[in-house]
Amino acid sequence: MSNIPQFLVHSPKDNVGVVVVEDLKAGTDMLGVITETDTTIRVTAKQDIPIGHKVALTELKEGDTVIKYGADVGRMVGSAKTGEHVHIHNHRTKRW
Amino acid sequence: MAKPAAKKAAKSAPTAKSLDNLSFWGWRRENGRVGVRNHVLILPLDDLSNSACEAVANNIKGTLAIPHAYGRLQFGADLDLHFRTLIGTGSNPNVAAVVVIGIEDGWTDRVVQGIAKTGKPVVGFGIEGHGDIATIAKASYKAKEFVQWASELQREQCSIDELWVSTKCGESDTTTGLGSCPTVGNMYDKLIPKGVTGVFGETSEITGGEHIARERAISKEIGEKWYKVWNAYQQEVIEANKVDDLSESQPTKGNIAGGLSSIEEKALGNLEKIGRECRYIDVLGPAEEPQKGNGLYYMDTSSAAAECVTLMAAGGWVVHTFPTGQGNVIGNPIVPVIKISANPKTLRTMGEHIDVDVTGILRREQTLDMAGDALIDMIIRTANGRLTAAEALGHREFSLTKLYRSA
Repeated sequence: MSNIPQFLVHSPKDNVGVVVVEDLKAGTDMLGVITETDTTIRVTAKQDIPIGHKVALTELKEGDTVIKYGADVGRMVGSAKTGEHVHIHNHRTKRW
Repeated sequence: MAKPAAKKAAKSAPTAKSLDNLSFWGWRRENGRVGVRNHVLILPLDDLSNSACEAVANNIKGTLAIPHAYGRLQFGADLDLHFRTLIGTGSNPNVAAVVVIGIEDGWTDRVVQGIAKTGKPVVGFGIEGHGDIATIAKASYKAKEFVQWASELQREQCSIDELWVSTKCGESDTTTGLGSCPTVGNMYDKLIPKGVTGVFGETSEITGGEHIARERAISKEIGEKWYKVWNAYQQEVIEANKVDDLSESQPTKGNIAGGLSSIEEKALGNLEKIGRECRYIDVLGPAEEPQKGNGLYYMDTSSAAAECVTLMAAGGWVVHTFPTGQGNVIGNPIVPVIKISANPKTLRTMGEHIDVDVTGILRREQTLDMAGDALIDMIIRTANGRLTAAEALGHREFSLTKLYRSA
């Protein structure tokens, strides 16, 4: 198995990661790297997720704060289970 | 465009491996500033003069007309910005000489006098009382004289602390925050201490990262100056005009397609461009020339690519570094725009637009340090004369920022 990661995470505090390979399919046992600490984690993708899109690293409920770069990047307006896609259908800005 | 001296320079150019004694080959202008391109501009004062300028550029090869949409019935701060942008563009050291054409003599001469302060050759022509044809003829004779004079100017070896490198990202996605923006940050962390003059901006796009931007100022006073600028845009423009939460405008449709889903997420990726160590030393108005010497600056700009790069070029910056995720194709008429991307899909589908491929960062095969060195190498090669992808593809977006409706 290649050691090229399927997703990257900025900070150990983050609850989402970023898929960095094309054509990622549901069911893939993904290797992830937390870049700040250079540590690896594994998450199973529960949906097909396009390159660049976010994957939930934990159970996220409506109203939860999404953490990326170790910082607040908005709120959940829907839910996502671990391994599911986090995007505009369930995530929105807290600004404006 | 490459002259013998430039070719020789490209071979002997120091690479990023030796950051000490980095140098490049540029044109030293009358005021001491150094340019990396040698354009003769045919500059319209206003929209009405675009046709005459384009005719002159068609007559005289090697000159460049930069048509735009404005210049009539503007007033107040908006008019000041119009003049500052045109005068700054003509004054940029990438420009050897300028022919200005306007509908009337008064404002035309105001632009000519502004550019003349640099000591470079500049002349203006008003159309009223003469018509397009006679004006084009007179301006063409002068443009021919300028371009032949400029073609004999030689590059000279210049120290890295004479290079001004701007940055702004576009069509961002999550790969810009992971790869291409921190590559620019790594470059600034290495080159700002070597005396490079840098600038970043994009006021609306710091929303969600304003706490970081405020703290990265050289002093509390400059941080507060920055916060006032950021907050003024929030109150006077966004809160005054918004009809929703700006979804699909900021972030853009392209950003969203690339995986970004909030302005906060986009802002934190954007701010990766200023690295880990750099501190900005002043906050500039749009198109404003810095007054505090070498270092990193903030400029109050739109986050729209062409508007932002146009303003930074007018402020005096001569090379632009442009991280992109989804593949923004922007260029600028006078400043080479170096594109950096970490998105493998973008490299695969539209790789002709990208100058520096940092997709290795996502595969964990390339460190940020390696990527930063690759960018520094490309900056030096570009300064020495290598055409960027945007230059080779003919991208010359010159977009003026308008503050409010004309009278």
